[in-house]
Amino acid sequence: MRRLLVAVPYVWLVVLFLVPFGIVLKISLSDIALAIPPYTPTLDLSEGWTGFKAFLSQLDLENYVFLTSDDLYWKAYLSSLQIAFLSTFFTLLVGFPVAYAMARAAEEWRPALLMLVILPFWTSFLIRVYAWIGILSTEGFLNQFLMWTGVISEPLTILNTNTAVYIGIVYTYLPFMILPIYATLEKMDGSLLEAAEDLGCSRMQAFWLVTVPLAMPGVVAGCFLVFIPTLGEFVIPSLLGGSDTLMIGKVLWEEFFNNRDWPVASSVAIILLLILIVPIILFQRNQQINKEADQ
Amino acid sequence: MRRLSTFNIVSLTLGFAFLYIPMVILVVYSFNESKLVTVWAGFSTKWYGELLQNEAMIDAAWVTVKVAFFSSTIATVLGTMAAYVIVRRGRFFGRTLFSGMIYAPLVMPEVITGLSLLLLFIAIGLDRGVLTIVLAHTTFSMCYVSVVVSSRLVSFDDSLEEAALDLGASPFEAFRLVTLPIIAPAVISGWLLAFTLSLDDLVIASFAAGPSATTLPIKIFSSVRLGVSPEINALSTIIIAIVTVGVLTASIVSKRQITQRLKEEAQAD
Repeated sequence: MRRLLVAVPYVWLVVLFLVPFGIVLKISLSDIALAIPPYTPTLDLSEGWTGFKAFLSQLDLENYVFLTSDDLYWKAYLSSLQIAFLSTFFTLLVGFPVAYAMARAAEEWRPALLMLVILPFWTSFLIRVYAWIGILSTEGFLNQFLMWTGVISEPLTILNTNTAVYIGIVYTYLPFMILPIYATLEKMDGSLLEAAEDLGCSRMQAFWLVTVPLAMPGVVAGCFLVFIPTLGEFVIPSLLGGSDTLMIGKVLWEEFFNNRDWPVASSVAIILLLILIVPIILFQRNQQINKEADQ
Repeated sequence: MRRLSTFNIVSLTLGFAFLYIPMVILVVYSFNESKLVTVWAGFSTKWYGELLQNEAMIDAAWVTVKVAFFSSTIATVLGTMAAYVIVRRGRFFGRTLFSGMIYAPLVMPEVITGLSLLLLFIAIGLDRGVLTIVLAHTTFSMCYVSVVVSSRLVSFDDSLEEAALDLGASPFEAFRLVTLPIIAPAVISGWLLAFTLSLDDLVIASFAAGPSATTLPIKIFSSVRLGVSPEINALSTIIIAIVTVGVLTASIVSKRQITQRLKEEAQAD
């Protein structure tokens, strides 16, 4: 009975998470072929150990060499990193003041404000991205509004540019930034600020010297929660970005579905994962430290 | 806490305006007479009528709900088991690997999860359809369920279970009669989370779905790529309405339960 309790979820994850991952690794070392499935070699165990050795000897790093030689790929990695960094920064810039104001609001207001932040999170991601197409297009609402107010006389091109991608990311990931920051600020003891002001700090100084350092764990958590998924994002760049918006999630998708090059798509995936390992480990460590600090 | 400064009020107003204006526009323009989404031509509900006659869309919606129901239910069972094992069982063979496999899918980019599952399904010759989408969704959402449930399991005292075992309950009875009622709220919110994640997923479903089964997000995505359409606005409005009603109901119910419990505790004292 106890064994079964461990075994069922264990086997499930091994079969549907670990094994598929091994297959990706293996295919990334294979060559493309005009066959079904479209790669070679395929593992044939009927010849026993010699078959396995022959199989191993056919694997090589060719796809990875190819990724370094074609500048599409490293440009896509760099531009994904850049988009992820900048949009995390913009999300923080928008999210922090909102979280700060929520934590300072009267206690009876806070559940309602919290609800207003969480509600978009439950609403479909795709729909929230879709909403921006109508706003940002040339004849869209933003251009109509700006031309009506007389700020511009010609419509701006925003949709299908990187600007639209930034707006889309900040919009969809904003709750992920607000919630952890709010959680740390809400726990903060208000008397600390009074103490700082009694000791001669101005309000501004008290904010920078007391509030900001105390909010740091939430800020770091929020930044990782935005940065990590953004790096492999596919929906936002493909709906709001242009043909020159390079993001690795989109490149992987196109390599797989449009070019049908499974080996290259697999090695693109493996490298993306290698890049992600660093922020993921840092994030885990940050969570661990926060947990210990709480106890 | 002090009163809100002007800066606080401005940031709240702008922040929530930013979050809600796009959705409000979406909803308002779903009642637009014109086919052009950005030009107002008078009130009409005709796009809802057209939506209801779009059989492909309704089929996709039905597939999506089916997938979400089955995957979230299986994921809740597996995720609760996994959480229980991680929190309550001390050491067992491969524990580090197990907890690694629980957390990894949470941070794994969707394109990679989707790609790897598709390659598995092809390698074992499983035809892609409803079953493969259910398998894929169960795999990533059981990890979310397990995180939600284990945070609840950590916070309650395991001496209650021990007491039940001492009093002669079998391990299964102890779980069913003691542990499960205590973690039930977390199990329910885990199920809801898994259900919504499945309803919402585009990327993993696109990899796991075959020509025989299309989910609503896949349908929406392919039609949105061709541009905005009032029909999609109408569909979005329906989805937003369902989610809003659902979330509000859930929060009111849980608030009632909390006040009820506080009342009972006050009476007991």
